[in-house]
Amino acid sequence: MHARKSQNILSLILLSIMSLVCSITLAGEWSGYLAAEYSFFPQSALNAEQFEGGSASFSAEPEFYHSWEDDSLTFVPFIRWDEHDAKRSHVDIRELIWMRAVDDWELRVGVGKVFWGVAESQHLVDIINQTDLVENIDGEDKLGQPMINFTLLKDWGAIDFFVLPGFRERTFPGKDGRFRSNPAIDDHAIYQSAAKNKHVDYAIRWSQTFDDWDVGVSHFYGTSREPRIIPTPTAQGLTLLPFYDIINQTGIDIQATLDEWLWKFELIHRSGQADTYNAFTLGFEYTFVGVFDSAADVGVIAEYLYDDRGSNATTAFDNDLFLGGRLAMNDAASSEVLLGVINDVNNNARFYNIEASRRFGASWVLRAEVRIISAGSSVDPLTSLRHDDIVQFELARHF
Amino acid sequence: MNKLILIIMCLLPLGVTAQTAEEKGLEIAVEADKRDAGFGDLSSLLTMTLKNANGDTSIRKMRSKTLEVQGDGDKGLTIFDKPADVKGTAFLSFTHILEADDQWLYLPALKRVKRISSKNKSGPFMGSEFAFEDLASREVEKYNYLYLKDDVIEGEEAFVFEARPNYKYSGYTRSVIWMSKRIYQPLKIEFYDRKNVLLKTMVAGGYQQYLGKYWRPATMNMVNHQTKKETLLEFSDYQFQTGLSERDFSKASLKRAK
Repeated sequence: MHARKSQNILSLILLSIMSLVCSITLAGEWSGYLAAEYSFFPQSALNAEQFEGGSASFSAEPEFYHSWEDDSLTFVPFIRWDEHDAKRSHVDIRELIWMRAVDDWELRVGVGKVFWGVAESQHLVDIINQTDLVENIDGEDKLGQPMINFTLLKDWGAIDFFVLPGFRERTFPGKDGRFRSNPAIDDHAIYQSAAKNKHVDYAIRWSQTFDDWDVGVSHFYGTSREPRIIPTPTAQGLTLLPFYDIINQTGIDIQATLDEWLWKFELIHRSGQADTYNAFTLGFEYTFVGVFDSAADVGVIAEYLYDDRGSNATTAFDNDLFLGGRLAMNDAASSEVLLGVINDVNNNARFYNIEASRRFGASWVLRAEVRIISAGSSVDPLTSLRHDDIVQFELARHF
Repeated sequence: MNKLILIIMCLLPLGVTAQTAEEKGLEIAVEADKRDAGFGDLSSLLTMTLKNANGDTSIRKMRSKTLEVQGDGDKGLTIFDKPADVKGTAFLSFTHILEADDQWLYLPALKRVKRISSKNKSGPFMGSEFAFEDLASREVEKYNYLYLKDDVIEGEEAFVFEARPNYKYSGYTRSVIWMSKRIYQPLKIEFYDRKNVLLKTMVAGGYQQYLGKYWRPATMNMVNHQTKKETLLEFSDYQFQTGLSERDFSKASLKRAK
């Protein structure tokens, strides 16, 4: 009798939730994309387990958005299927976040994505979201992060408070995949904190614009998004285990926008991950508007990347120079080409990138990427990727 | 002796009443500015139809918000809805009279707010025939003026005057404006490139009055004579004084623009 009553109540609640969800999804709007990708690796893989030649992959990222008076709800699931690398086939919730914006404050609760920083070649200061490394070696893709984010907007700047319950492990290519270390990084992560991936992290950031200067200062306490890789002997042989330390990281990012010159600076100070260290990116972007009497713009980017751990750095970019160029045709198809090379000043390891994209019709976008890796010496962290030059095409349909 | 008196008599009325062409041009610009002052804030929907020399078209849709700033250029926020791959991209600008504008671009895929160079004034807006500077607020002090003549356009009487930009990085040596005598809004503008060759002609139409005071066009059509491309810009759903404030024109507002 009792059980039946509570069951009825439960189904009533479920029914009302479902009808609420239905009415919201009907009232809101969907957008997003479906994409097909083909990658080709001209060189043979370093390890026999890794796939050779070409690989197909499909991905989708629909986005649902609905807003009321002061509130909004955003839901962005993501799915990828990959022909060869089981680890690259994955599902994620990029965003599932409710926001309220009232006068001088904003509150966001859910799974979200946040970007901090100004530099182009690497994003030192950006720390809220974990990198979805299987997506692209450039590290620009991020996993959704559970968060409570409160923002105060005052005349003296914007201040953001973050409570980050729950940690996302970095994704790494599987043993069949390319762009991996040798051996592949193991699934079994180790944590410094006994709370493991339940550790609650905190962050705060203040940002302000002073005339031509955009300035941000941030601090993060919690699980490092970047693991240390610990070689561990096991019965199966040597295993590489990701180890996530509890760190404190203070970051500063500054951009000065002086006519056609953009000067950029990012600095971090991190403690808790082996030795305390500092790293920075310093550089500029200069734009030539309307080159050769056309509508096209050409941007030239130069950045210096430094990490005071030197060859002990967990990154490949300890003393490197990035040179890049951007050609934007400013045409109806939004045709664009990006060229870049990161060169290690010490050992001459080089990482070349070419990215080009253009729109076809109203909703198709074709993108091509070429990445060439030449490890100058066996000590550069890029050395395990030295056979992973790639040519990649992606055709996406946006809706 | 008589000759001298004759000359003085001829010059006298000129000295008292005659305006130079510069003064008359400025007077028209000041009057147009005065009539449009006090609009406060404005929201509208925009549809851009780009057409190339072959007649192929592509469509852009966006929402625009403007905040009037006393004594400086206006603040603007533009949110893109179409094409689908740029949906959610938003553009924030604080225009200034003679100084460089402040501009930020929001890239929704990366959640990144990027301060961009304002040197792009002469560059095309979204691949269209409208340059950024064509869509910026027309502050009086941005130009030097020269009255040319009176003319009639489609039955409407107009002052014709020239405006030469004072600000840096303009793509034009000058523009020639046909300003309606009735509503003090531009009916037609010819743009001359840096070599002083006719580059583009813009024709505005479908003017309607809002709040009993402010005139806004329904369409602006820009034809590029050198490339034979054209862009039709259609405005709809004009809403004045909806209570927008500085807070709606901030980096934070870019991120939640959608």
